[in-house]
Order: sequence, then C-alpha cells, then structure tokens
Amino acid sequence: MELSINSQTYQVEAEGDTPLLWVIRDELGLTGTKFGCGLAQCGACSVMVDGAVARSCVTPVESVVGKNITTIEAVENDPVGKNVVAAWVKHQVPQCGYCQSGQVMAAMALLKQNPHPTEDEIGAAMVNLCRCGTYNAIGAAVRDLAGHGENI
Amino acid sequence: MVELDPRFPKENALRDGNPVNLSRRGFLMASAGAAAGAFVLGVGLPVGSARAAAETGDMAPGTRVPAFLEIRPDNSVHFQSPFAEGGQGVFTAMAQIVGEELDADPEAFIVEIAPAGHDYMVMPGGRRITGGSSSVRTSYDTMRRLGALARQMLLQAAATRLNVQIGELTTEPGHVVHAASGRSLAYGELASAAMNLPVPDPASVKLKDPSQFKWIGKPLDRIDVYEKSTGKAVYAIDCKVDGMLHAAVQHAPRLGLDVGKIRNEDQIRAMKGVHSVHRLPGAVAVVAQRWWVAKRGAEALQVDWSEPADAKSNPRYMPADFSTAAFSDRLAGDNGPGKDAENVGDTENALKNAKTTVSATYRTQLVHHAQLEPASTLARFNDDGSLEVWMPNQAPEQFRADIAKRAGLDPAKVMVHSPLLGGFFGRHFLYDSANPYPQAIALAKAVGKPVKLIWSREEEFLRDTMRPMAAVHFRGGLDADGMPVALEAVSVCEGPSESINGHKDDKLDPAAVEGLTGKAYAIPNHRIAQNYVKNPAVLGYWRSVGNSMNDFLYETFLDELADKGGKDPYELRLHLLKGNQRLTNLLKAAGDLSGGWKRGPFTAADGTRRARGVGMASPFGSQTAAIAEVSISNGKVVVHDVWQAIDPGSIVNPAIIEAQVRSATALGLSEVLLEEAVYENGEPVARNYDLYPILPPDRMAQVHVRIVESGAKMGGIGEPGLPAVPPAVANAVSTLTGKRVRRMPLSRYTFES
Repeated sequence: MELSINSQTYQVEAEGDTPLLWVIRDELGLTGTKFGCGLAQCGACSVMVDGAVARSCVTPVESVVGKNITTIEAVENDPVGKNVVAAWVKHQVPQCGYCQSGQVMAAMALLKQNPHPTEDEIGAAMVNLCRCGTYNAIGAAVRDLAGHGENI
Repeated sequence: MVELDPRFPKENALRDGNPVNLSRRGFLMASAGAAAGAFVLGVGLPVGSARAAAETGDMAPGTRVPAFLEIRPDNSVHFQSPFAEGGQGVFTAMAQIVGEELDADPEAFIVEIAPAGHDYMVMPGGRRITGGSSSVRTSYDTMRRLGALARQMLLQAAATRLNVQIGELTTEPGHVVHAASGRSLAYGELASAAMNLPVPDPASVKLKDPSQFKWIGKPLDRIDVYEKSTGKAVYAIDCKVDGMLHAAVQHAPRLGLDVGKIRNEDQIRAMKGVHSVHRLPGAVAVVAQRWWVAKRGAEALQVDWSEPADAKSNPRYMPADFSTAAFSDRLAGDNGPGKDAENVGDTENALKNAKTTVSATYRTQLVHHAQLEPASTLARFNDDGSLEVWMPNQAPEQFRADIAKRAGLDPAKVMVHSPLLGGFFGRHFLYDSANPYPQAIALAKAVGKPVKLIWSREEEFLRDTMRPMAAVHFRGGLDADGMPVALEAVSVCEGPSESINGHKDDKLDPAAVEGLTGKAYAIPNHRIAQNYVKNPAVLGYWRSVGNSMNDFLYETFLDELADKGGKDPYELRLHLLKGNQRLTNLLKAAGDLSGGWKRGPFTAADGTRRARGVGMASPFGSQTAAIAEVSISNGKVVVHDVWQAIDPGSIVNPAIIEAQVRSATALGLSEVLLEEAVYENGEPVARNYDLYPILPPDRMAQVHVRIVESGAKMGGIGEPGLPAVPPAVANAVSTLTGKRVRRMPLSRYTFES
C-alpha cells in the first residue's frame, strides 16, 4: 500500500485492517501521534485525513490509501497549525503533554475548516480527553485563535 | 498527612560529603565509552556514566556539581533533574531554582531526569521519589546550593583565566564579569575548566537573599511546552532500539490465577508476523514484529486460567465472588471500633452530653489512575551482561533495585531510563503486580532481543492499582447553640501503604485516614480511627492519596452537622478556625475570589437554579479552600465555577501553581462526578474509557485560583488542589437539591432538574 503522509509518499507493508495509528508509529516511526485507548474514546491518536480530524486508532490503513494524511510532525508546515502551536505555547496548555498532539490536531482541523468557530462549535470539536485537565487552557487557546479575544 | 513515610525504602544512607576533584573531562570520556554501544534517547548527558560517577557515594547527594550540570560551549545548561517530569512542571521549577543561584536564565536549561544513583538521592534521609508533592519542597535548599556551588566554580575558573582575584568578579546571567577591566566570559567558555575544579565545601557558599531573586517566584513559562505541543516530547511508549520486537499480553482476568492450557497456541504462533508465544506468571505474551500484531494475537489467545493450588498463599489473590457493591456494604456494616489515629478530649462522653447528635455512614469508591499513556517497558540485554530498561517510573533507585533482584544482576549492571511521564498521578510507583517491566525483561531474555511491551488500555485497567474505597462511620455532637463539640470518624478500609507493603496488626495506615486526621477545626473532642478490613483489590497511591477521599468525607459531614445546628457552612468553618489566622485568611481569600460567600440556592442570570458549597483541606504541607457553584441539568450535576485559594507557604512559580490547581481541580471533579471502578465476579466491569468515563471537556468547570503566600514552611503543589473540590461540589449539590450526598460519584444519584 502507498500512503501519503505529511506530503511524503510511503510504502507500507501492514495488513489492510491495521489501524493507521500503528502504521504511523511502528512502521514509519512517527511517534508524535499517541496511543491512549484503542477505542476512539480519548482522541490522543487524532490525525487529519483530507482535512478532517480522524481517530487513527480505529482507522483501517486501507481506508486512507490515496488520501492526504497529516500528523503532528507536520503541524508547523501549515500556517494554521503553526498558529495553533503558538497559541498552545502562549496559553501554556500542555502539562504531561501526552494528549496534546491529538488536541493540537483537533484544533488545527477545526480552524482550517472554520477559522472563527462559535463557542458551541468549539465545544463540539474539542472533545478529546485530557487526564491533566488542561481544558480551561485549551478553551482559552482555541477561543484566542478563533478571534474571541478572550484570555485566561 | 502522608509525608515521605516508610513506604519509600531508603536505598543508601546519607554519607559525609567532602570536596572531590572529579575530572569533568574524564567524566565525559567515560560517558562516550558507555554510550558507544548504547542507543541514547533524548538530550543531555549519556546517563550510563552519570550514574557511574554517581555511584561512588563519596559526596553528599546534591553536591557533586558535574553529576548534575553540563554547560556547553553554546551556553546551554544541561541539568539532570532528580525528579521525573509528568506535567507537574518540576523540570521548570528545577531550572528556576538552580538557575537562580547559578545566575543562568532558566530558559537556557535543557532538563532530563537523572539516572539512578547516590548523587541524586537528594531528599531527606538520602532517597528520592517523585511523589508526595515533595520534589521542590524537599530539595529547594539543596538545589539552590548546587547552583551556588556551580557558580563558585565558574568564578574560580574565570579568576584563573583572567588572572584576577575571585573577589573582583561578579556574574550576570550566563556570564562572569570583571567590572574593573570591562571583561566578560560566557559560562560556556569557562565550563570545561570550571567542572575540573574541586567542588567547594557546600557550607562555604552564600545563598542569595530572596529579595534579590530574578526568577524564583516569577510566573515563568514552562520549558517543555513547545516540545509537548508539537509531538516532539518522548515518553516511554515512544522509545525504540535497533532490532527490537514488540509484545502484548493477555492477563489472567483475576490476579493469582495461573496459566493453564492455551487452546489455540499453535494457531496464534502461526499468525503472520508473530514471533513467539510465552507463558508468564498470570499472563500469556505474544511477541511479534509489530505491536498491533502482538496485540491481536494476545487478544485472540484462548487461555484456560486455573485456580492456584493454594490461593491463600497469595495475599493478592482475587476471589471469583468479589463485588465492589457487596464489599462496600460489608464495610458499611462493620462497626468495629478501629485503631485511634487521633484522640483528643473525651469524644464518647461529649457525644453523650451533646444536645443533638448526628450519625451517618459515608462511602467512597475505587478509582483508576487512568493516565493517558498506558504502561509500557522496553528492555534490552547488552553484550556486556548489562540490562537497560526504559519505562515510566517515579523512583529510579527502587525500580533498579527490584529489577536487579528479579534479574539476578548486580544493580550496577542495570540501567533504568525514565522518559517523560504521560501522566502519573501515583501510577508509576513500584507496585508488585501493576508494572510491565518484569514481563518485558523476561521476554527480552527469552527471545534474545530487545522487547518493547505495551499494555493495551484493557490490560492497563485490569492491572492498575486503585485508590482505596472506604465506609466511614461518623458521629457528631452539637451543643445547645448548634456548635460541634464532638466528632468521631471510624474509617473501615484498607489503606494504600498497607496494601503495598503488608498490613501490620499493631499499626494503622496513616495514608488511610489522612484528611480525616490533621483537620484544623476547633472541635474540642474528636476521635479518628481506622478499622482495617482487607480489600481483595490491589490498591495504590492516587493523586492526593488519603486526602482524595477523606476530605470529601469529613467536609461533607461537617456540612451535615452545620445544617443540623442551623449554621451556615462557611460561617461555621470561620468560627471553628477562630484564632487560626492562616486558615481564616485562606477561607476568606476563597470567599473573596468567588465575589463573596453566597450559599444559595439562587437563580443565575441564565435562569438556572444554582447553589454553592465550600470545602477545605490541609494536604501535603499546603492549605486549600474551594468553593464550587453547581446547577442540575437533565438530572446531572453541572459544575460552573470553582474558586480555589491555596496557601503553599512560599512559592517558586505561580503560573505552575495555578496550572496544578486547575489540573487537580479537574481530577477532583472527575472523581466526584463520574469515576468508580466497579468489580463483579472478581473482575472489573470497565476496562476502557467507554465504561470508565473520566472528566470530558464539557464537564469541566471554569477554575479560578488565588495563591496566598503566607510565608509558612513550603508545602506541596501537585496534589493539594484536589481534596477540597469534591466536598465543595457535593455540599453545593446538597444545598441545591436538599438531598444529602454521602458518597461518590454523584453519577450514582438522580437529581431533579
């Protein structure tokens, strides 16, 4: 199978039903995307597939052949992604950091589709779990990016 | 209060420190040699040699400057932290503390955790763990002195270089300055000469007056935020070495069962990509080229688990009939007197003579750590007979000692790498059955290749240690004015320390009752006791330990007493704290932060009916007071705001404190609103986040933090923000609904909207 990840083409050997997450992490060595639950519950494995956020732990790799996959490793190659990272730093979002690759990808996908999301739209998109409870800071960073002019 | 108690064995006695000339050059050369055959992750010093130097034990821990600091020609300061970073900000705090006395900008620091070794055992008694909210408060003076010693060595090197008296030199951040001649040398230019000098007598350096602090006390950005926002941070689960295989396990559904027949072993072994199948104590492992293959193989194993010949010989055997619901009832039905943890006045008599008495039984639940990074270990045996392991851990020396014992190796042959922790909350202490490293080591040995074992979320939840559950029998007595004159709390439970280290009949577990004990309220007669009942589940330390449940229990019962006596709960607390200026100020600070105490119920601007509750706690050397505002929506509790004041005595970084209070508040909300590990038929009902929900973003409250720096002895930060939150929420809910809340989580109750 041939995958397009972060604008590069990769030949992968995994079985077609292997979750994209494990192809990315084990076969390609891109370990910025994290394993949390394997059940699409936590969102630590979030990546972008053709511009939409996807939970790679339940995404069969054969289903993304021919699509554009973006992982956290390429976040700063995208102007929106770069802004997200800057806001994450400005608002000092991460604590342990383990869920934050997924949080950043979820925010990036949201803001690429909708540069000025409302409060409700932010709430609907930013649903990944964070055991450190950085939700206030995530909210502040995304509202800041959405132009709500709100700082916490 | 659990301080650093006997649960953390001390590995080495403190030894006398004498100045020693450790050659920095030799140190680095040794590093290169040790690192040559090793795959070294992260940045900074190759850990093998740092440890080799650290082993000699001829200086007091925390004084051998070259074991901690390397200043490179580019002026970056590489620091070996005694403490693990798992989101609590300790790497940044260390950079601030050391940088302050070294006179180097904390931003120039690159920090990683130090390997196991004598030099890093900087806590009182010559040990170290990352836990008990104790990293900064126990090492603050030592780390400042370490920075000052390093600065002194740089000054000495500069004096020699410039051929001037050391007294003519001063420093500016990252530079030694000779004002008289206008000359200046960057630390990076001086470091190699400086680190070859003898470390001065620690008593000879003078620390700064706090009024001169440049960085301590300031809300500096954390130094690892960018890496953690871009996927560059490396956790144990991300580690890899050449030629490694991957492993997954299927555990026995109940602890203590043995592997019997594997009905489809041949089939699993024949799966594409599977390397081998291994029987381990209480588990079967599949080793494969890729983890996903190993995991699918492990899941597909059809194992007949057999009852052990003598179940009683395993203290942690899980019986097939264990259910948390029945066990909770059993605890609640046990009215034994327990062992006294506190006994002041004459509680029995005071209850007898009280105008009014209140009796109630409260309960708490088992909860999971549920850190997002599942446990994993990468193990590799090297050609020289040494063993390297990469794994999340909060106590490198303890893990190394245990690994050496299990592997039959000299501890000097065991290298423990401790990458960033993807959350810990007490998960990564040395727990007999809850860590994957014994399995990973056995597998690496069996296959003759490095093996990385990752526990799937399901296996992680199955073997996680849990926060204890308890039933607590309260009795309270009120005088004619409705003021509490007596309080008795008997907690029926097993505590975490006795679960891990073994129960002793003549002792109670302070970690079981902390938070019932140590309350500051002036109730003249009180008795706090523990009635030990062994819990078949495996218990562990969970963020804020006993306080995580006991302050909920005590502070909600206190509200019950207040209601019985017709007192406002906030005013009653102020009354009971009369004469205690520190806590009076703190409670008032929380009240002020919330815009002035108002209990409610009241109607908010959006038309919802709301109420507020208050709780206080004295955990880990700090003091906290929290106020929560709640409403009910669709039968569920909504927590809108939490206002929390914390007095940690003195501080290093207020931004980190605020972040930690928010974080601990979130975990407190999660515990009180949602969390409960339920067992039926000896097995956990939930083995993933679908059936064990943790706080999602839409249940988070807006958290407001006020730091009160009273100047008292420095307290902890990572855990203290948790314990006051559950009771503040529960008390608000009781006020709003008129329904007394006597157990967590609130998802057990249905409330009228």
